[in-house]
Amino acid sequence: MPDSQHDGSAYNYAYLDEQTKRMIRRAILKAVAVPGYQVPFGGREMPLPYGWGTGGIQVTAAIIGRDDTLKVIDQGADDTTNAVSIRRFFARVAEVATTTRTAEATVIQTRHRVPETPLKDGQILVFQVPIPEPLRMLEPRETETRTLHALSEYGVMQVSLYESIARHGRIAKTYNYPVLVNGRYMMSPSPIPKFDNPKLDRNPALQLYGAGREKRIYAVPPYTPVKSLDFDDHPFEIERWSECCALCGSRESFLDEMIVDDAGKRLFVCSDTDYCRERRGEPVQ
Amino acid sequence: MTDIGPGLADPAHDSQRLFRAVLDAFSHPGRIVALPRAPAGVGPLSPAATAFVLTLVDRDTPLWLDPAFDVAAVRDFVHFHTGAPIAARQADALFAVVEPWREPLLDGFAIGSDAYPDRSATLVIEVPSLVDGTPRTARGPGIATHETIAVAGLPASFAGAWAANRALFPCGVDLVFTAGTALLALPRGIVMEG
Amino acid sequence: MYVAVKGGETAIEHSLELLADRRRGARDVPELSTRQIHEQLALAVDRVMTEGSCYDRELAALAIKQARGDLVEAIFLLRAYRTTLPRFGDSLPLDTRRMAAERRISSTFKDVPGGQVLGPTFDYSHRLLDFALMANGEHPAAPTAPVDAAPDLPRVGDILEREGMLEPPPSEGSPHRDITRTPLTLPASRPVRLQNLARGDEGFLLALAYSTQRGYGNNHPFVGEIRFGAVPVSFVPEELGFAIEIAEIDVTECDMVNQFAGSHDVPPQFTRGYGLAFGHAERKAMAMALVDRALRAQELSETATSPAQDEEFVLAHSDSVEASGFVQHLKLPHYVDFQSELVVVRLLRAEVEARRRQAAFDRAAE
Repeated sequence: MPDSQHDGSAYNYAYLDEQTKRMIRRAILKAVAVPGYQVPFGGREMPLPYGWGTGGIQVTAAIIGRDDTLKVIDQGADDTTNAVSIRRFFARVAEVATTTRTAEATVIQTRHRVPETPLKDGQILVFQVPIPEPLRMLEPRETETRTLHALSEYGVMQVSLYESIARHGRIAKTYNYPVLVNGRYMMSPSPIPKFDNPKLDRNPALQLYGAGREKRIYAVPPYTPVKSLDFDDHPFEIERWSECCALCGSRESFLDEMIVDDAGKRLFVCSDTDYCRERRGEPVQ
Repeated sequence: MTDIGPGLADPAHDSQRLFRAVLDAFSHPGRIVALPRAPAGVGPLSPAATAFVLTLVDRDTPLWLDPAFDVAAVRDFVHFHTGAPIAARQADALFAVVEPWREPLLDGFAIGSDAYPDRSATLVIEVPSLVDGTPRTARGPGIATHETIAVAGLPASFAGAWAANRALFPCGVDLVFTAGTALLALPRGIVMEG
Repeated sequence: MYVAVKGGETAIEHSLELLADRRRGARDVPELSTRQIHEQLALAVDRVMTEGSCYDRELAALAIKQARGDLVEAIFLLRAYRTTLPRFGDSLPLDTRRMAAERRISSTFKDVPGGQVLGPTFDYSHRLLDFALMANGEHPAAPTAPVDAAPDLPRVGDILEREGMLEPPPSEGSPHRDITRTPLTLPASRPVRLQNLARGDEGFLLALAYSTQRGYGNNHPFVGEIRFGAVPVSFVPEELGFAIEIAEIDVTECDMVNQFAGSHDVPPQFTRGYGLAFGHAERKAMAMALVDRALRAQELSETATSPAQDEEFVLAHSDSVEASGFVQHLKLPHYVDFQSELVVVRLLRAEVEARRRQAAFDRAAE
């Protein structure tokens, strides 16, 4: 059976052997067919450590090809160390073109952010997920949470959010803010700030989520309703800054705070480096 | 032993392109997706069904063949190129290649469980055409507003069978309609009207 | 700045070069060969092969060298290599009765057929630093006993089993799941649990096993038998249709015998916990056997109240590669999430402050 393709190098194309890719591809199709449901898959050891994007890397490795253009971001930026490391990995094992421009990419692998530039039909956004189970911090047992999903019984999360309101007067959860996909499955959007949650709703791009250590894949198909949990008297709201980006002046983007001197002086800049560059009209470096 | 037809010329890259086409179809239910460089059809199978089998089936996935497709040419091809066991019982299959006029069309296949809805079968249904049938309106995940599906060759009972499958959600089977070198997917969550 | 806005790529290059430099150490000291590692640090190699799930002394030695002696890192390297290997099929189950045992002891009987064979062990050594080893002195070869003509060595358990005193091993036949290919689902079968424990971190299993001896999980264990030596590996190629021997590997096997009170229907008998590791790894095999037995609590209708009896807790946290990765991933930047927290904490603090001021104002107005 012709299985692995060596292309003259010591590794299979896109690192994984063909049988593993087929297994992941089957899991992805199931994930797309049942939006928000976490499909168990036979996650493999990758040459990067667990917790550093192995789920996203396996998903990307199973879908990527020579026709693709890959963008990798961490914290919204293309040049953070982990993003650089993963981009180099794919450039090396999948001979794939890479870009920092959101609009040019066919596949975008991300950790902790959704790009500010709206995505298009045909693009695929691959999320790196540390803990795929939205109920995990409320119920540590997989056997229990699996039953809760089967019964669509999500009261425990409502109670948790309500307790936050009772204590703080508002929902104090700021990232990894739980969502309901197409009215059925509660889903962890991965640790993106809740600022990004509205971008998940009816997004024209396909969203794939990979959790390597926990061995789960889930998906949100294009145009699928994704609702952030809230209450009638406490509607969902996102972070706001009184400042604007010090580089491009944006008031619409997620801002990172930088401490620029010993006196604690602050500067706010866009977390999405490509969006910020584009707004300033600067060429790609 | 029959002469076994060739599989994918360049397994790693051909299967990647074919998978992306299948993923495009699953992500956009009702969208007709032309398969890039589809292999020749084997025996009674269309090139699209053949491509689907070569892309996703292997020794971990029992395959069930409708009697019309359960011929030596297909069996030998599947065994040689994929190593997949041919399922004796429908319920054991993770994939199946079926004819549209078999009745009941969707019954007897694994639908998963409420705890594990992914443990379900995907049915490849070989149809005469993806465009010449009765138009029906589809709504659901992957579809912006609505999509018109006009797969030909489906029995009158299909609408009822699909509604029953949809009612099982999150359990149920997923369908892939194949004709020539194109395919169209109908995941279990899609609602069909008309 | 560890998140360089520009030049992250160059910084990574330099870090890798520095790592390679430090690995080599002082250049006036001869470089270690992998052969030296697998000959002279053989037990480190055994651990890396066991938890790396890959029997290859040369590659395990290379991993240890590359990892600068960090065994958890070496296990990770070997696992990541193993993932890329194609699968040709499954070998037949090992028959450890056919082991050419270099060591074999039982603590349940004074003498057993085949005898107690001490073999190479630290057990009777005095733990005194041997300064002679610093002088690179050559050690004379050990005397060896004549090779036993009858290679089959009956298991101590077999003898108890014939009497009905010990439960038989689980019957064969149920298709196994390879946990490196299929995801863990719970509740897990015993073969799945044993695979997980075999790959599990030795320190984690040792601590869990120890806890069962201190009352966290009632376990009254005896070492039925520990044996270490070479066993043949057989494989049935599809085109041949019969088994051929393809290799011989060293393994350590531990058959732990535990009291079992019996129940209304079942007379009291002894139950077993099982441990198996590549190479010579008795601590690992024993810890595995104790935890295996503890995890059978539910099956044997025992009350499961301790961590070592909690299948989900043990199986989800045993893997050093998973644990090491996730603990260390906290080193990655998290400043987006932290920024979200900052925004909300500032908001909440401002609200509390406003309420306090309003209350003070109201009091003053009264």
